Amino acid sequence: MNIRIIPRLDIKGPNLVKGIHMEGLRVLGKPEQFARHYYENGADELIYMDAVASLYGRNSLLDIVERTARNIFIPLTVGGGLRSVDDIRTVLRAGADKVSLNTAVIQRPELISEAARAFGSSTVVVSIEAIKKRDGSYEAYIDYGRQSTGIDAFEWAVRAAELGAGELAVTSIDNEGTGKGFDLELTRKIAEAVPIPVIACGGAGKVSHIHDVITEGKADAVSVASLLHYHFVKHSGFSNQDNYAEGNTEFLRKGGIVSKVQDASLQEIKKSLTAQGIECRRSSG
Amino acid sequence: MGPEQKPKVAIVDYGMGNLFSVRQACEHVGLEVVITASSDEILNADGVILPGIGAFGDAMATLSRLDLVGVLRDVATSGKTLVGVCLGLQLLMTESFEFGRHKGLGIVEGQVIPFDNPVEGSRKLKVPQVGWNSVYRVGGGGNGQAKTWEDSPLAELADGEFMYFVHSYIVQPEERNVVLSVSRYGQIEFCSSIHSQNIFACQFHPERSGTEGLKIYRNLASHLKRLTSKRS
Repeated sequence: MNIRIIPRLDIKGPNLVKGIHMEGLRVLGKPEQFARHYYENGADELIYMDAVASLYGRNSLLDIVERTARNIFIPLTVGGGLRSVDDIRTVLRAGADKVSLNTAVIQRPELISEAARAFGSSTVVVSIEAIKKRDGSYEAYIDYGRQSTGIDAFEWAVRAAELGAGELAVTSIDNEGTGKGFDLELTRKIAEAVPIPVIACGGAGKVSHIHDVITEGKADAVSVASLLHYHFVKHSGFSNQDNYAEGNTEFLRKGGIVSKVQDASLQEIKKSLTAQGIECRRSSG
Repeated sequence: MGPEQKPKVAIVDYGMGNLFSVRQACEHVGLEVVITASSDEILNADGVILPGIGAFGDAMATLSRLDLVGVLRDVATSGKTLVGVCLGLQLLMTESFEFGRHKGLGIVEGQVIPFDNPVEGSRKLKVPQVGWNSVYRVGGGGNGQAKTWEDSPLAELADGEFMYFVHSYIVQPEERNVVLSVSRYGQIEFCSSIHSQNIFACQFHPERSGTEGLKIYRNLASHLKRLTSKRS
């Protein structure tokens, strides 16, 4: 089987942002520009997450999804603030291939079955965002890691799969955006407990972390953000500040980059994985 | 039809799955698209695409409720170009064993069966298969005996090219010579596309398979252009 590498783009208003522990958002650029670049450079899929859950309204995610889907012919997953079958239908009509659901399905798990019945299981990605507790167990969180639920992450993963989820996206909130690597225990326990594919999210700081979460974490796909975004920002020579009319762009202007992250391109990641015997799609072009 | 006019494809809309990406791909390669459940529009189009994700039984039930079962069989026998994608490939078969036993369209003799415990080394593979996988020419293996893809919808693709798959079931056509490509998931080799006269269908999603996938839509567009210009 071929491991998928999936760039994840967190979107706030018109901008691609990147947070640490899912807070403290920084503006990186225009999502369409990054999406296009990743598409042309061998991304296996893309994930758009709306960081402020602004499905409707000004600069809505829908516009960005529509513009992206017109030019990009790989699967696009969209998440953030989707509450109902109607919300999901709206996003799919705009051009998404799958939706990522967290808060809404924890509050009402039947939404997983309803969505799977209406659009097919393969359309439904359930996102599990967990924090490790002192006793070593993991608790599922909602609302971008702000709200605890009292629900055990492993039990929830099994239930979500039974209800008809097509894939699970697993994020460790402790590791997300820190660059210290994925939570291998969390990923492996979930990947071994469910029959459906698991996408490891949150924490990649260097290429070897991706390798580890595939071999030790048993991930079927890996979602990567900072590592790729910083590489693109560094090498694309952003200078036109007009692109960044909104949001906190101070970080970009200063050329500030989280030092823990050793950036890499998609080609570098895939070359390294292939060299270590992990199969993945290499573009023929 | 004048030379300026684009060939028209009807994407069969029976409420299953996302038709947006199929439409985008068709428009990208210069086809005119109508998304429809109307038998007239389907029969008047230059080519017909049967897409779909979801459950086989539900899909067949919807197709018969919409009175499209006979229409699609007519399309197949009329010689009009008919393309099936993913579930659209499986629906062409005689029967499926997905959640019980269901009759298919019966356009291609064969069965739809589940992936049977795919493994790779010690690793149990996930079902559904979600992701990119290679499609190979039939009878390959470096001995030069592989069936060519020339003049087929896969023309100009590399042997082993990656395409995007999402499926738990595979097709087993009775006639091995309709098999256009095979793929492997763990120890299981399966038919990933079929081609027989006016019918082409694939288990993968060419509309989600990047520039290489678009080549298949481009091949379809040039094929339809040739047919329509011959006619005019």
